[in-house]
Amino acid sequence: MSSPPSADDALSAAELAAKYGLAVSGARPGLREYVSQLKGRRHFILAFSRAKLTAQYSQAKLGQLWQVATPLLNAAVYFVIFGLILGTKKGIPQEVFIPFLVTGVFVFTFTQSSVMAGVRAISGNLGLVRALHFPRASLPISFSLQQLQQLLYSMIVLVAVTVGWGSYPRLSWLLVIPALALQFLFNTGLALAMARMGAKTPDLAQLMPFVMRTWMYASGVMFSIPVMLEDKPAWITDVLQYNPAAIYMDLVRFALIDGYGSENLPAHVWLVALAWAVVVGLVGFVYFWKAEERYGRG
Amino acid sequence: MADDNTAGRVPTVIADDVHIVYRVNGGGGGKGSATAALSRILRRGKGEERGVRKVHAVRGVTFTAYRGEAIGLIGTNGSGKSTLLRAIAGLLPTESGSVYTDGQPSLLGVNAALMSDLTGERNVVLGGLAMGMSREEIRERYDEIVEFSGINEKGDFITLPMRTYSSGMAARLRFSIAAAKSHDVLMIDEALATGDRKFQIRSEARIRELRKEAGTVFLVSHSNKSIRDTCNRVLWLEKGELLMDGPTDEVLKAYERETGK
Repeated sequence: MSSPPSADDALSAAELAAKYGLAVSGARPGLREYVSQLKGRRHFILAFSRAKLTAQYSQAKLGQLWQVATPLLNAAVYFVIFGLILGTKKGIPQEVFIPFLVTGVFVFTFTQSSVMAGVRAISGNLGLVRALHFPRASLPISFSLQQLQQLLYSMIVLVAVTVGWGSYPRLSWLLVIPALALQFLFNTGLALAMARMGAKTPDLAQLMPFVMRTWMYASGVMFSIPVMLEDKPAWITDVLQYNPAAIYMDLVRFALIDGYGSENLPAHVWLVALAWAVVVGLVGFVYFWKAEERYGRG
Repeated sequence: MADDNTAGRVPTVIADDVHIVYRVNGGGGGKGSATAALSRILRRGKGEERGVRKVHAVRGVTFTAYRGEAIGLIGTNGSGKSTLLRAIAGLLPTESGSVYTDGQPSLLGVNAALMSDLTGERNVVLGGLAMGMSREEIRERYDEIVEFSGINEKGDFITLPMRTYSSGMAARLRFSIAAAKSHDVLMIDEALATGDRKFQIRSEARIRELRKEAGTVFLVSHSNKSIRDTCNRVLWLEKGELLMDGPTDEVLKAYERETGK
């Protein structure tokens, strides 16, 4: 070793670091600092989500047309199975049921794919996490944003379906914006929480499809919860109706569909929607941030 | 290079007894079948996690790097060089021990942020943003990056998806994006080996420029010549342990004796 004798030699590593103002590498920043770092990376978050969205279909011949064609086909499949074959519309008139079903499918898919992308946000991007520095929350947030943009394409199909079954644009359509904004917040919180769990236990990616499918069938995507559960105890109906997926679906249906009035909504629905969004959004964010310095260990 | 051993040297990176352990799922005992996985889980519960294999990649490395130093990391494949760099950059959490740094050390490499399905154009922007550059900075440097990469020398390739590039072209674009930003503490991991001869000369010149701008440079390389050309101090790692730490000539001589070159 060629180090010269100097006063610094007597110091321990920690003391030496303190003397010259060095910080622990990769330490977790405070919550406030973390938020401002994230804000600094907003261009990256947006660019990354758009890049992922574009890359998805770039090898297909029809290219970006699939952004619209995929939800359209999805809606068609659900229409054939639940609208024509099984006929789950019980208590809902036909011209309401079709947009009811399609809205349910699209709004639920928004949450579903955000969760699925969230689980893999860290564990599927370890290369990126181990190569570059950025607040790790950028990844789950970026994936939720990608799903939001995907949903906007689906909205084109949804508007066509709604108009096709006789609900024409009116002022209440604007309510879709706050409803989806709250849902986006909720989804992001959930994706952040799932990202932390998925980083620790990648097996969740295998398990989640089953959880999500159960959640979908329990949320009344293709049937009306109060009508279907008429003869069951009231608390079951309440639990199902106040679950966040059902709440956001109902709000969008209420906003878009003429024949789907407020009598179908549970009480205090906007308040509940707001509470779900804020609570899950904040808890998910803080929960994710708590493990910030540990992501990347494989 | 002369190492002026005067008092008042400012440390930029301090590694204090750093240990790094990788955990590999399903890397455990023998067969990779479902029944083997099940029996691993059933046998679990005796202290250590079953079914998870640990790889102790870096074992107790301690050193202090000072401002103005260019430090080479040598050692055979799998000796823990790249892992150590990642730990210094704060990208890989340490198992025990700590790393203190001045500012934010950066690893030269954006490969992971780029997407082969996107055009070279969009990848330049995406890679720049991923490294923490602002949109304005990227716009300013865009032409410089494309020209440096030489991608457009053989036609308008920058507007084609990256998956259509030859491996050499893709490597050149990646290096050009990565080298577009200057850093306080810079770490270079085998970046000099990309591209054809002409590009290698250009990239070595760019690395020297980056070194001038940076406070401290770390270079991982298997080419003793490029270590000799650029570094004044060398760390020799073997099996995760720091075998030797000293002036370039001394360490390289010992290393060459050991590896029989």
